[in-house]
Amino acid sequence: MAETIQLEVTRYSPEKDSAPSFQKYEVPLRKDWVVLDALNYVKDKQDGSLTFRWSCRMGVCGSCGMMVNGEPKLTCATFLSKYAPGPVRVEPLRYFPIVRDLVVEMSDFMAKFRKVKPWLVRKDDKPLSEGEFLQTPEQLEVYKQYSMCINCTLCYAACPVYGLDPFFIGPAAIALAQRYNMDSRDQGSDERMDILSQHEGIWGCTFVGECTKACPKNVDPAGAIQQYKLAATMNWFKTLLAPKAPR
Amino acid sequence: MRPQPQPAPTPYTPYHPRWYRTPVSTYWWMHRWVYFRFVLRELTSFGVAYFCVMTLLLVRALSKGPQAFEAFEVRLASPFFICMTVIALLLALFHTSTWFSLSAHAMVVRIGGTRVPGILIVAGNYAAWLVVSAILAWFLLR
Repeated sequence: MAETIQLEVTRYSPEKDSAPSFQKYEVPLRKDWVVLDALNYVKDKQDGSLTFRWSCRMGVCGSCGMMVNGEPKLTCATFLSKYAPGPVRVEPLRYFPIVRDLVVEMSDFMAKFRKVKPWLVRKDDKPLSEGEFLQTPEQLEVYKQYSMCINCTLCYAACPVYGLDPFFIGPAAIALAQRYNMDSRDQGSDERMDILSQHEGIWGCTFVGECTKACPKNVDPAGAIQQYKLAATMNWFKTLLAPKAPR
Repeated sequence: MRPQPQPAPTPYTPYHPRWYRTPVSTYWWMHRWVYFRFVLRELTSFGVAYFCVMTLLLVRALSKGPQAFEAFEVRLASPFFICMTVIALLLALFHTSTWFSLSAHAMVVRIGGTRVPGILIVAGNYAAWLVVSAILAWFLLR
């Protein structure tokens, strides 16, 4: 008989349950299987009612983020064999409300994302006929790292500050704000600074640093937040020394 | 985190699903080593604060004259204060090394358009620490 591994999966039915519980499933332990393959095996062969999000299976869409043995992971990029002989505990992303089984509610995150104005803000917009805003490879390199975010929210599940203070804007949203601030075509850093220099913005962060470790795309949100803090401090000093000068 | 007892279920409707919010335990930082290390990093700042206070007291004793300074030195040489200093030094060393290891994320240094690797930033911090320590040692021990 082929080797197997046990999955302990969170189950929560809002119609029936008052709290989540764990259900155990025995799945084949295949060398080329990731945790998402095991969940799909359960859904196809053992229990069609198991609910979870997934889409691309290649670490691009950011849908299949879950807690695997207590760590936030993209389940499409986390091999089952790493957890042999098991069991492997699969839970919904921490700090988010659970909708059903492994599916979490993300409206709060989406609202925070919009709040930081994640688009190019121009004060002197030019007509289309004048062509595009040009950018050199060096200017691209400055913010490229922060543009790799896939909105998987693993960084939120790794951040105890977000768990303790739900008003905290959070790692990915601040990193995204930094992505636009550092873009040579953008002129909206003052507007974002007004939003992010509040307590729920950058100053809520205590630099635990786990968001950076959890990020599957090496975005380094913790770094972005600390750099933002430095920029906010410099900005404050400038306003103090020359209150009427344009920021 | 263990699920806590929840109030009786409210009627479920497709447009107002009943979400389950997992409560965050007061002892969240004890559940994972990385979080525990973070809290240790924050708490070890007491070691740094201890040295700041002792330096201020030293300056105060110095301003009061040679006798007060000598009395302060004698007090510092007592077993209690030696123990306190050793503990504070260990705390401050841990605190310093954890912050140095994080400095690579907070500092972006670009030379000729390329970002200096994090390991060099961390090494630079240690090098600066060594230089400052060597200068202080030269002043104090010569």
